[in-house]
Amino acid sequence: MNTDLMVNGQAQRLDADPRTTLLDALRNYLHLMGTKKGCDHGQCGACTVLVNGRRINSCLTLACMHDGDEIVTIEGIGGPDDLSALQQAFIAHDGFQCGYCTPGQICSATAMLDEIAAGWASHATKNVASLPGLTVEEISERMSGNLCRCSAYPNIIDAILEVAAGKEQS
Amino acid sequence: MTSHIKMDERVERDRLAEMVQAVIGKPLDRPEGALKVSGAAPYAMDRLPANACHGVLVRATVSNGTLRDMDVDAVQALPGIRAIIADDRLLRNPAQGMAGEAPIQGPKDIAYFGQPIALVVAETFEQARHGAQALKLRFEADGTAIVAPDDPKADIETPEDEQDSTGDLDAAMQTARHTVDAHYTTPGHVSAAMEPHASIAEWNGDRLTLYGSYQMLRFNRAELADALGIEEKQVRILAPYVGGGFGSKLGIGPEAVAAALAAKALGVPVAVAMSRQQVFESVMRRSETDQHIRLAADEQGRLIGIGHEALVSNLPGEEFSEPVTQATPFLYQGDHRVIGHRIARVHRTCAGSVRAPGEAVGLTALEIALDELAAASGIDPVKLRLINIPQKDPSQDIPFSSHMLAEALEEGAKRFDWDRRRSEPGAVRDGEWLIGMGMASAARVNMLIESKARVTLNANGTGTVETDMTDIGTGTYTVLSQIAGEMLGLPMDSVETLLGDTAYPPASGSGGSFGAASNGTAVLLACEEIRQQLCERLDCDMQGLTLKDGHAIVGNRRIALPEILDGSRLVGEGHVEPGKAEETVRQATYGSYFAEVAVNAITGETRLRRMLGVFAAGRILNPKTARSQCLGGMTFGIGMALTEELIHDPRDGHIVNRDFAEYHLPVNADVPQIDVVLLDERDAWANPLQAKGIGELGICGAAASIVNAIYNATGIRIRDLPATLDKIIDGLQSRTD
Repeated sequence: MNTDLMVNGQAQRLDADPRTTLLDALRNYLHLMGTKKGCDHGQCGACTVLVNGRRINSCLTLACMHDGDEIVTIEGIGGPDDLSALQQAFIAHDGFQCGYCTPGQICSATAMLDEIAAGWASHATKNVASLPGLTVEEISERMSGNLCRCSAYPNIIDAILEVAAGKEQS
Repeated sequence: MTSHIKMDERVERDRLAEMVQAVIGKPLDRPEGALKVSGAAPYAMDRLPANACHGVLVRATVSNGTLRDMDVDAVQALPGIRAIIADDRLLRNPAQGMAGEAPIQGPKDIAYFGQPIALVVAETFEQARHGAQALKLRFEADGTAIVAPDDPKADIETPEDEQDSTGDLDAAMQTARHTVDAHYTTPGHVSAAMEPHASIAEWNGDRLTLYGSYQMLRFNRAELADALGIEEKQVRILAPYVGGGFGSKLGIGPEAVAAALAAKALGVPVAVAMSRQQVFESVMRRSETDQHIRLAADEQGRLIGIGHEALVSNLPGEEFSEPVTQATPFLYQGDHRVIGHRIARVHRTCAGSVRAPGEAVGLTALEIALDELAAASGIDPVKLRLINIPQKDPSQDIPFSSHMLAEALEEGAKRFDWDRRRSEPGAVRDGEWLIGMGMASAARVNMLIESKARVTLNANGTGTVETDMTDIGTGTYTVLSQIAGEMLGLPMDSVETLLGDTAYPPASGSGGSFGAASNGTAVLLACEEIRQQLCERLDCDMQGLTLKDGHAIVGNRRIALPEILDGSRLVGEGHVEPGKAEETVRQATYGSYFAEVAVNAITGETRLRRMLGVFAAGRILNPKTARSQCLGGMTFGIGMALTEELIHDPRDGHIVNRDFAEYHLPVNADVPQIDVVLLDERDAWANPLQAKGIGELGICGAAASIVNAIYNATGIRIRDLPATLDKIIDGLQSRTD
């Protein structure tokens, strides 16, 4: 069946089996290989992409449910020669080792910072009536949907904190 | 030309220290970083050709028996189905690390629940998955299969060459002032690399190209060729990017052979990716262990005896068994010693290497036992370890190559404010949280594996490193580029390292923490060969040659490399082999862990608040990537201490928790901002780099520091990992009663 998607700013018409997940559509039909499959069950976060600005596990949703949606994948966040501030910070802080979970971590972190800026509370928010702070606890909690078996977690926190501090200043 | 070394003696010269480029030992970023953070680094399944078919493996649903029949016709009638492969060459389980030959083959004889038995191939992944799920199977089950190592009917092997005894430990236990005599258990674990095993096979005539996710390509090539019944030279494997390994990708796996067979049968490329559940069920698990530990100490806490006897398990016919006691013979002193090793043959998923086989679980139990001895004797846990460090390997009576356990313990205690710890358990409370501190020693044997590499000094003055070595996140691209840059006087952006292709010289592969040192030595030797060739061109001796920033400096001349090369290029090959140094001295890496936990006094939940690791592993080639390796190892330790546990159904042995919702890896919020300290050390017995392995050191004993902290917080001694709250809450209640 046909589905019209806006992927990284480009209109794409997908003709795929209705059983195709958004993850498999991105990879196998649109050849955007940056989004990774780690579990196919929404348990690891490696397939995180942004749909209409919000982060989701692309393995947990069918492509045909996203007609007209705007999708941003890691390729849309920044290529090797055009890295975003977060991508650069991940390199500087060694926020990855094998690199397989990394596109998902970066998509997730990109949206997560917007969620904090919008005042969304988390389990780590001490007072939900106030704005959440850019603390290790808040970021760690909010990034816990993205597994990293190499465990770059402390470095991922450092990378995100650096970028978040830069955003606050500007 | 090849420069060769066999490590029979200690190296007399520290060649890297004589160089002047000053890139070695620097915390440089990974050269492949930009590709990884932008999703542009191609992992196996990212190479999917447009005309590829997709294969999905089908599993056995009995734990022992025979596959009698498959309803092939019904599945072949489904849309898009191209083939059902049930070839006798399919693998029962992956090859063990460094096997170099096919593992047990034949899908019809079932040895464990989850064994791959067929591959359904279709035009799309969705069609193949449906076909695999729809395939009706008829098994003849052998209902008497033993699936648990503690089943009284289990066949237990006691290999003679894995038992060792000196002195009289029984008598020592009788006369000792302080003793510990307890059983410790660890459950099965999985590597859980984030990239599931995946292969794309493509034939060109009788030549096979496989894009795979593997750690040890020269062995994998031999295993794959043997499994298919073809020559090694007909097989090329590419794995330039590997999404984590941790032992799970040491040996060729069922998906690679299935993809190759299907691609041959259909004449098109075939891609086979295991699902996460299939990775759990049909890729190596770390064996569960039952460890009987006995410690005998005198009044001052000096060990006079150590006993460490382990029961592990594996499938019938598998040679690997978890070497639980590997570090016990040399870590602490004691004249009276017993080492025991038994293997139960069970019908469970194959047991194999998971990060630091042996010490990961064996040292963890030993270090919990040491904490029990500290509590029993009233001696501080750090001091207890310090006074028991032997002067030489007490089991073999040979010297240590280098040994910085004492420094690691002292440095760690100082940095962690260990002197603030209250020795009596349960003494510190923060609201509803009980606070405790614990520590443990780290140790891991050091190995060198035969390895080759080729380095080219190109006409334009840049360098290229080529080897079939892999980078599984370990930092191989980075450290090999640094070694070549240092040796050839090239800045990092003038060196390109090409990995993960069997067309390049065969390397050690990634495993056992030996990759960087083994293959790095081959790169160093290849560069020495190029330096020799440069000397010949410049008519100088090796002593007189300085290479820096793309220039050669000889006497008072400074000449750009392209000028010397004059349009030609220089090629050097390096080849390293292990030698007598392995037997002359005991080579190991050491460290210490310190942990602070908060245990909820009401729920029994443990939260790790602080953790520090101090490690000595010879020369640190890159402190940034080395630190990351230690963070990763310690986080495996957090999982081992608190959450990770394979659960097998007692009826048929199948893995009940075969995904990340049920097998709990540490997540970001479980891991504090861990501190890592790398001590400055050189080990001239290890290799010319004087570097030792660091990829596994961080897991070896890490869990014990957390479990020992739980004891300090609560007075509850956990001997059966993981320390889940159900095991703690009973003890908390009895304390309040």
